[in-house]
Amino acid sequence: MSAVDTLFSGLRQQGEKAFIPFITAGDPNLKATSELLSALVAQGSHLCEIGIPYSDPIADGPVIQASYTRVLNSGIGLDEIFQMLKETAPSLNAPVVTMVSHAIIHRRGLANYVSAAKESHVAGLIVPDLPVEESADLAAVCKAEDISLIQLITPNTPADRVQRIIDATTGFIYYVSVVGITGERQTLPEEIIESVQSVRDKTDLPICIGFGISTPEHVRLLAPVADGIIVGSAIVRRYASSESISPRQDAGLDTETVRKVGEYVKTLTHALATC
Amino acid sequence: MKPSSTVPDTAGRFGDFGGRYVPETLTPALDQLAAEYQEACGDAEFKQTLDSLLNHYVGRPSPLYHATRLSSHCGGAQIYLKREDLNHTGAHKINNTLGQALLTRRMGKTRVIAETGAGQHGVATATACAHFGLPCVVYMGEEDIRRQAPNVYSMKLLGAEVRGVDSGSRTLRDAINEAMRDWMASVKDTHYILGSVVGPHPFPMIVRDFQSVIGKETIIQSQAQTGNLPDVVVACVGGGSNAAGMFFPFIEHPEVELVGIEAGGRSEDPGEHASPLTYGQPGVLHGSYSYVMQDGDGQTCDVHSISAGLDYPGVGPEHSYWKATGRVRYDCCRDQDALKGFDSLAKTEGILAAIETSHAIWAAMQIARERPADQKVVVCLSGRGDKDTAEIARLRGEVAGQ
Ligand SMILES: Cc1ncc(COP(=O)(O)O)c(C=O)c1O
Repeated sequence: MSAVDTLFSGLRQQGEKAFIPFITAGDPNLKATSELLSALVAQGSHLCEIGIPYSDPIADGPVIQASYTRVLNSGIGLDEIFQMLKETAPSLNAPVVTMVSHAIIHRRGLANYVSAAKESHVAGLIVPDLPVEESADLAAVCKAEDISLIQLITPNTPADRVQRIIDATTGFIYYVSVVGITGERQTLPEEIIESVQSVRDKTDLPICIGFGISTPEHVRLLAPVADGIIVGSAIVRRYASSESISPRQDAGLDTETVRKVGEYVKTLTHALATC
Repeated sequence: MKPSSTVPDTAGRFGDFGGRYVPETLTPALDQLAAEYQEACGDAEFKQTLDSLLNHYVGRPSPLYHATRLSSHCGGAQIYLKREDLNHTGAHKINNTLGQALLTRRMGKTRVIAETGAGQHGVATATACAHFGLPCVVYMGEEDIRRQAPNVYSMKLLGAEVRGVDSGSRTLRDAINEAMRDWMASVKDTHYILGSVVGPHPFPMIVRDFQSVIGKETIIQSQAQTGNLPDVVVACVGGGSNAAGMFFPFIEHPEVELVGIEAGGRSEDPGEHASPLTYGQPGVLHGSYSYVMQDGDGQTCDVHSISAGLDYPGVGPEHSYWKATGRVRYDCCRDQDALKGFDSLAKTEGILAAIETSHAIWAAMQIARERPADQKVVVCLSGRGDKDTAEIARLRGEVAGQ
């Protein structure tokens, strides 16, 4: 069992759902990421998703793209990110999973990447550009290291593929709420509850819903069918617009921004806990 | 390893290369495209419609022209030019866009998107869409909009919407990213007409097949005009579509030497060229596993070329396969040499070649010089150079002003 499995079996026993914030590693600097992670967990997050910056993220909207670009321009590399996670993750009271392009994993070598992730206390991988057909090799490596390989299902995934994806998934199913890229949406598709339910009928794996989610109303709408709610762009936007961000890696974030992000996340974790 | 022309397999693999590394959202559309294409291949009417368009609308077959003055200028082998520049819209790109527009119709999709570098693929897509009455959006990097301005205006005149892309290096790679993102949200009713043999399966196969008309005609024309096949065939390689279309029918004629020419830019230093087959290593970019310019973390590197159409850090997976099997030799040509190729062809033959093509011209001239007069070198003259005259003038102006 990876730390992701342990988390969800505990939450289920208590009848609770997971709140999962997404932030970009190293944006605006490494210390800021570490501070944000602590603040996010302090406000009731259960699991943290860390985006590993990539130069050509085709599944991402403008907010996360810009965030990745900032980090790459500041010269932060994978080794520094892993080092930061190694120092930060053990004291977080929540498992960390990374969203990472297969381009990066491939370049490092599957086994090398996964063992470096493991050493940095990463509990799971989400690889948005690795469809189930191409995932067998990475799945084998993750299994050996007891790291979850979280696969994505989208509203347009045909029924026969849904089962194949379920069979190849460990940790949880990432249900993508919209046909499209990351970024905040005013409204979510009407069919979403039904679509998630149809996946639920096929598996006991936890199902977490992400893409487009930003308001307590969204959270309340989705909570009944979800084991977890993932929020990315709405959080990234809040710390990205901080005036006093510094790319110095030990600069951290100003307390006002950390407080603002924490307060926002609290409205979401509160909505999740009270429905 | 002996190269095969029965690649790719059903997973889109050319040996180790190719495959499909895309978000789940795009997978159903790629499956649909592969299935539709397979069906179309068995449909005589589809083939007839496409052939008829290629003959009467594009003006195929394009000539195979014996460039006698260029040949004697070089003083060696005979140089022949496969005149894709004489196609409607002035480049090989139209061979692919008409085929994919027909597939768009078959799939019942009602909107088309495309990326473009030099603007030739954008113009060819806008043209095919005008012909079939399909709305068309073309993504183009802001840097390319600047250096290929004539094509931008043509696209607009043809009714397409050109969307500037100002992320990253503001060139072809970023235009592909943006087109992919559009497709992520519009995939239900939109087809993405990818312009080269790159991207996720089945694009590298489909684009190669539509472009193979180049090599097939060359074989027939060479036999008719000279009695046998050429000794060497040369083509420029950006994503690699004109080269793949030219080379593919020759793969199983091992006596014919095949040479692909990448953009050598200013030097061999990182960031100064766009030659992944020459200086890069295998990695993942834009949905496919192939040679690419990447750093040690897997981040795509910035590249440089004088030509917008070759200014791309990746290359089609079948070229990586041909490199690995040794069937095709890859080399590169520097910016300044491409300009020399451009000038030589203009002055000896009265043909303005695209600056992309000029890379292959220069390389073919060097090859011809080293060979006896009874050998034949065919160059794929992939496009005409009208789009480049203003940019060449600007570059020369800078040099002259120093
Ligand atoms: C005339 C011409 N030749 C070559 C290319 C390079 O593309 P490919 O390598 O796919 O043939 C382009 C691309 O824009 C082009 O316009």
